[in-house]
Amino acid sequence: MANTGSVSSEQTHRRPVRWYILVFLAPATLIYTIFAIYPIIESLRLSLYEAGDGGGVFVGLANYARLFGEPLWADQFWNAFKNNIVLFLMHMLIQNPIALALAALLSVPTLKGAATYRTIFFLPTLLSVVVVGFIWQLILSPLWGVSPAFMNWLGIGSFFKPWLGLESSALITVTLISIWQYVGIPLMLFYAALLNVPEETIEAARIDGLNGWWIFWKVKLPLILPTLGLVGILTYIGNFTASFDLIYTLQGGLAGPDYSTDVMGTFLFRTFFGFQAQLGDVYMGATVASALFFIILIGVGLYLFGVQRRLQRYDS
Amino acid sequence: MTTRVFKAGLLATTLCVSGIAAADKVVISIESWRAEDQALWDELILPVFEAQNPNIDVQFKPTTATEYNAALNARLAGGTAGDIITCRPFDNALAMYDAGNLANIAELEGLSNFSDVAKAAWSTDNGDAKFCVPMASVIHGFMYNKDAFAELNLEVPKTEAEFYAVLDAIKDDGTYIPMAMGTKDQWEAATMGYTNVGPAYWGGEDGRLGLISGDAKMTDDGFVEGFRQMAKWTPYLGNGFQAQGYTDSQNLFTLGRAAIYPTGSWEITGFQQNADFELGAFAPPSKDADSSCYISDHTDIGIGMNASTENKDEVMTFLAWTTSAEFAELLTNAAPGFFSLSSHDINVENALANEFVAMRGQCEATIRVAHQILSRGELPLGNQLWTLAANVINGTQTPEDAAAEAQANLDGWYKP
Repeated sequence: MANTGSVSSEQTHRRPVRWYILVFLAPATLIYTIFAIYPIIESLRLSLYEAGDGGGVFVGLANYARLFGEPLWADQFWNAFKNNIVLFLMHMLIQNPIALALAALLSVPTLKGAATYRTIFFLPTLLSVVVVGFIWQLILSPLWGVSPAFMNWLGIGSFFKPWLGLESSALITVTLISIWQYVGIPLMLFYAALLNVPEETIEAARIDGLNGWWIFWKVKLPLILPTLGLVGILTYIGNFTASFDLIYTLQGGLAGPDYSTDVMGTFLFRTFFGFQAQLGDVYMGATVASALFFIILIGVGLYLFGVQRRLQRYDS
Repeated sequence: MTTRVFKAGLLATTLCVSGIAAADKVVISIESWRAEDQALWDELILPVFEAQNPNIDVQFKPTTATEYNAALNARLAGGTAGDIITCRPFDNALAMYDAGNLANIAELEGLSNFSDVAKAAWSTDNGDAKFCVPMASVIHGFMYNKDAFAELNLEVPKTEAEFYAVLDAIKDDGTYIPMAMGTKDQWEAATMGYTNVGPAYWGGEDGRLGLISGDAKMTDDGFVEGFRQMAKWTPYLGNGFQAQGYTDSQNLFTLGRAAIYPTGSWEITGFQQNADFELGAFAPPSKDADSSCYISDHTDIGIGMNASTENKDEVMTFLAWTTSAEFAELLTNAAPGFFSLSSHDINVENALANEFVAMRGQCEATIRVAHQILSRGELPLGNQLWTLAANVINGTQTPEDAAAEAQANLDGWYKP
């Protein structure tokens, strides 16, 4: 009797195995493992090899020593890294404030035609990078572009410069084009977050005597801080991975003039696939890719442990 | 029952016919990246060969240019590549030979119809093995707007001094942009600029082979002078040339807004379609009246044999034919601007192409300086010249500085 009693109590304590958790997790886990995690590991492994007879030869960290030790490689790497940082800072200082300002304006309930503006701001994001690159090349072309003629018309024609072709301005021009195209994404994220700010909180602030300006700074902004952090980290990742296509379209694989628009993406492309007389080297390419992976990992790690955990989330 | 017999009969006949055909005709195919030349090979070149060799059926099977190297290597590895392989010059084809994919065809008699410069593009470094028949080259030079020259009363320049005098005259007149070139895409600066006019200063092959043997350095006066010439070009380029790309330059010239266009013979077909003025060509200027002029007669396309082909005799028959005067003339006239590399005396029908070919008789020939061996390392000199030449024209680097940087790079990996 006692025996059966203990068995039954054990049975009630032991929960049934919840297989459905595995079933639900499986598709995403499998797909991510096969198409994301496995390639990353494989790429990290490849960076420890060097071309040899009929395949790779294990060389340990020699490729990394080359990348950071040999002036030829190190100069290119740090130049690309520096350009990426400039790109990131400009996006943070120009793109995200503009997006935030536009989102704040769009979320004003009395604004007429908000849906139209929203669509217009978001439209460039939907365009192919190749199209955007081509359009802007035409606009800025010193030969056929509309900008020299337009600036002449305004009487400031003497200020026109072939911006995409000058070392001093090429990177800034490319960044501004990228901002023009992608400002819609942070705009949408901010906009969604601002719409989520509860009406009662804003009303309470208004009753307390705050005007629209201070409501934005004192009420809305603190409430959407997590979104600001999210946009920041998306900008960080995007500027290392997504800046490649626009620069390749606008400036070509050599990221001219004189590598002034070279970023990690174009540097990786040239190394991995080769360019013109330069033959592709998958092992050095994997090394550059791995270095890029670690840069992103460190950045995201700093954000997660340094910023995200300190962000206070207000329950609304 | 009857239908079954009928079917069997049909089958038997089919088998017989195909059997006979197979026994009669050997099918060999050509791998190429010149997909745009499909019609030209099918309609103009191959029928002539097949008429003379009725037992061989040659098929031209091109791949898109950008995918050619990768696709061909995959097919070679899988044993499904064509019998005949169109070769890119120098290291690319050399790598295929080293991997055992291209056969040594040094014993082919017709090879004596080609100059050493032409053969160098498809030989091992010591010259012992030859793996492709040189097929076609492109010649560098300048094209000019004949109407503009007539309007301004200008003569075609022969020397450096005359060249700049002509440019000055066009600039002073102001109707035309003196020279259509930009530095945005960088390669024009090196290909149409530095390696176009430079050989006159480094002595063509002497300088180029000197670099390879280690006797010459990029910092030698001849090579620096090439860069100095680039710096001299800057005032003659159009407004905003720093952001002017290759297609911009092409349009600028064919629309009649620029008078001179540094280029090569590969533009002939396109330009003759687009320009509605008369086009002329002149060779890169010589240093002075006493020295000779130099042209880059650049070896661009060769043709070789897949080492694992089962139809070796037929392929050799075809390759032998590609060394003949007949093939040279067919090819040169079918694709104006791509000139046969053979030393046969050929009759070029296209007038503009003829002006380019005539340069071979007047000037010493060389090839693009960085293409052989010197582009094997990190960085390839060929790529580096793009950036350096563009920098010099942009005025962001001095000629001496650019030359020193190129030499420093060579010193880094190249041991003569």
